[in-house]
Amino acid sequence: MLAAVAALALWLAGNVRANARATNIPLSYDYLDQPAGFPIAGSSFRQTQSTWDAIVVGLGNTVRVSLAGIVLATIIGTFVGIGRLSANWLVSKAAQVYVELFRNIPLLVIIVFTYLAVFLRLPRVEDATTIDGLLVMSVRGVAVPWLRTDGRGLTVLALLVAAAVVAYAVARWRHGVADRTGQPAYAGVAATGAAVVVFAVGLVALGGPLDLTAPRLDDRRIAGGITMGIEYAALLSALVVYTASHIAEIVRGSIQAVPKGQTEAATALALSPGQRMRRVILPQALRVATPALGNQYLNLTKNSSLAVAISYFELTKITQVAIASRAPAVPSYGLLLLIYLVLSLVISAFTNAVNRRMALVER
Amino acid sequence: MTAVTWARANLFRDRRDAITTVVAGAVVGWVVFRLLRFAIVTGRWDVVRDNLSLFLVGRYPVDDQWRVVVALVAIAGVAGLVAGQIAGRRRRAAEAAGERLEHPGPAARIVEVVARDWPILGLVLLLLLLARTASPWLVALATIGAALLGRLVGALVPPAIGRAVFVLPVVLPIVLLPFLTGPLGWDSWGGLMLTLLLASISMIACFPLGMLLALGRRSSFPALRAVSVGVVEFFRGVPLVVLVLMSDVALGFFFPRDLLPGKVVRVMVAFTIFTAAYVAEIIRGGLQSVPRGQTEAAQAIGLSPVRVTGFIVLPQALRNVIPALVGQFISLFKDTTLVFIIGFLEVLTVADAVTKQPGYRGQGLITETLVFAALLFWVGSYTLSRESQRLERRLGVGHR
Repeated sequence: MLAAVAALALWLAGNVRANARATNIPLSYDYLDQPAGFPIAGSSFRQTQSTWDAIVVGLGNTVRVSLAGIVLATIIGTFVGIGRLSANWLVSKAAQVYVELFRNIPLLVIIVFTYLAVFLRLPRVEDATTIDGLLVMSVRGVAVPWLRTDGRGLTVLALLVAAAVVAYAVARWRHGVADRTGQPAYAGVAATGAAVVVFAVGLVALGGPLDLTAPRLDDRRIAGGITMGIEYAALLSALVVYTASHIAEIVRGSIQAVPKGQTEAATALALSPGQRMRRVILPQALRVATPALGNQYLNLTKNSSLAVAISYFELTKITQVAIASRAPAVPSYGLLLLIYLVLSLVISAFTNAVNRRMALVER
Repeated sequence: MTAVTWARANLFRDRRDAITTVVAGAVVGWVVFRLLRFAIVTGRWDVVRDNLSLFLVGRYPVDDQWRVVVALVAIAGVAGLVAGQIAGRRRRAAEAAGERLEHPGPAARIVEVVARDWPILGLVLLLLLLARTASPWLVALATIGAALLGRLVGALVPPAIGRAVFVLPVVLPIVLLPFLTGPLGWDSWGGLMLTLLLASISMIACFPLGMLLALGRRSSFPALRAVSVGVVEFFRGVPLVVLVLMSDVALGFFFPRDLLPGKVVRVMVAFTIFTAAYVAEIIRGGLQSVPRGQTEAAQAIGLSPVRVTGFIVLPQALRNVIPALVGQFISLFKDTTLVFIIGFLEVLTVADAVTKQPGYRGQGLITETLVFAALLFWVGSYTLSRESQRLERRLGVGHR
């Protein structure tokens, strides 16, 4: 059996080598250092930069759409999942229809739909749809308000990290107080307040306030805010809508997996419905949901490769373009598979770590 | 319960509930209004009507479409036979046990079937209404007739010969495939037919491979285990899109020139290997769910290792994972849309291409065609998942 597997592998490798020689396509990775020879829409990448740089840009785009997608899909999926269990008939039916609708349509159909039938149909930039100060939508891109960092991005990032650390410390302290005294400690309010204070003081101390810039139309250009390309917007919205329908089912299942006695006990303690959900049900449901959620995050990241259908320049599209321009197919796809494997490993390692921390410690 | 008490209990329990209902009602009402307006008033569905056969069978030649009809009738007939045989066996078993089965009247049966399978019945009706000729109606009648006839005959076949009935679903694809491919080869397939072909063949082909991988992963032979784990984890870790693209561009490098299979077969290989990795994990889960006592008991009565696996462990394991396998089949069915990327004439490709025909009145009606494509997939996928839930209940998985 093993011999058969080894023989198959050798046979395939031999074929690759023979075919490479016959077609005069090299099998080495030298092409990575050579000029790419193609531009990338929506980035500062120049044709003379190396193919390797192009792949790095692609990786950045994959991570950008995946991270945003994971965050948004989790938020929407959680609300829809809770909505399905609502006592309100209308809300639970609407959530159910949402889930059954999008779970059963292929993601690629949704992506092509959001791109061709929604975002590509947006008005031209000169008569873009605008909601003053909030949104500018045109076929050139979709703009939303954003922080203006003026090249101080790193400082702002450092401040954000500092604020998060302070918030965590304050939250722990207040939780400690609550555990000791039994009085309500308003941990969430205190932590958020501390974080805001740290962030604001830091900004003032380090040179002036940070502006929030709103997008506006400025002579056939979108100025201010942050502009997403329509390919990005289409891919992101499709990924979010599709993955949220799967996450909603996970959330619903895990909430239903929490024993009913927990709800009853929380009610007996006179917790409000909101407190019951936040303090008692969701933390326990999260423990059940973590592995399945991690799986969905993995799927979303892998599914971002469907962007080849709409020319959003993430990893797969860049590889495809590189092969079309000069790069040899077998090494290029080999590298692509390797990068996705590493991404998968990183995500599953992260999920496993979270899962270990959250798992019930049993005797 | 009157409508008022119902509404009070489910929509207006307290002030918060009432506010939720009003807000949600406004949003839902607006969405439903827009959708209905699109479906009935503003949508220009002629583009779907004009290209209906392209959506369903692609460029399959008109002169050969009778082959598709024969295949449909044969599939319906065999499905009816099997269902009838199963029902007949159940009735005989009940009679032997001295019980009487409840027989709902024909009206109740029709209500039950409509309540259960309204999406697919609705889709068939929609397709028939969209069709411009009478022949689709005849095809539908012949198919339904074949199913009913099969059901009747199947119930009458005595169990002694009845076993042969269960061989038919296995034999049927082997006979039908060359018949459908006919003189034209794989490349004549298109539309929904191509989707179904890709999904079915890949699913059938991936099953033995997945089973081998699952058994290999549980083998006591470390090298075999390592190979199985490696293959499974590799193919689960990479996107299917990349494999589909590779089947188009790079797979040629792995075969000698003259042995290289055609495009359709190459993409089938990609689907098969990818799905096999997932099927392997599903079957492994099933294997783990079989209590160890079963293996030990089988060993104690002196069965050989092969027989322990084949007769004791696998049957129980597979029964436990049938719903999960159906779920995987649904994913595969949806994933076949990926061949759009490499330019096969698949449902999604048709939806895109027909709106781009030069000088055609349906130009730019991409919303209509994509909604129709989505509807085709939704009905298939929703029906399958509902049937899988029914199967799950009937098998009693998870309720022991």
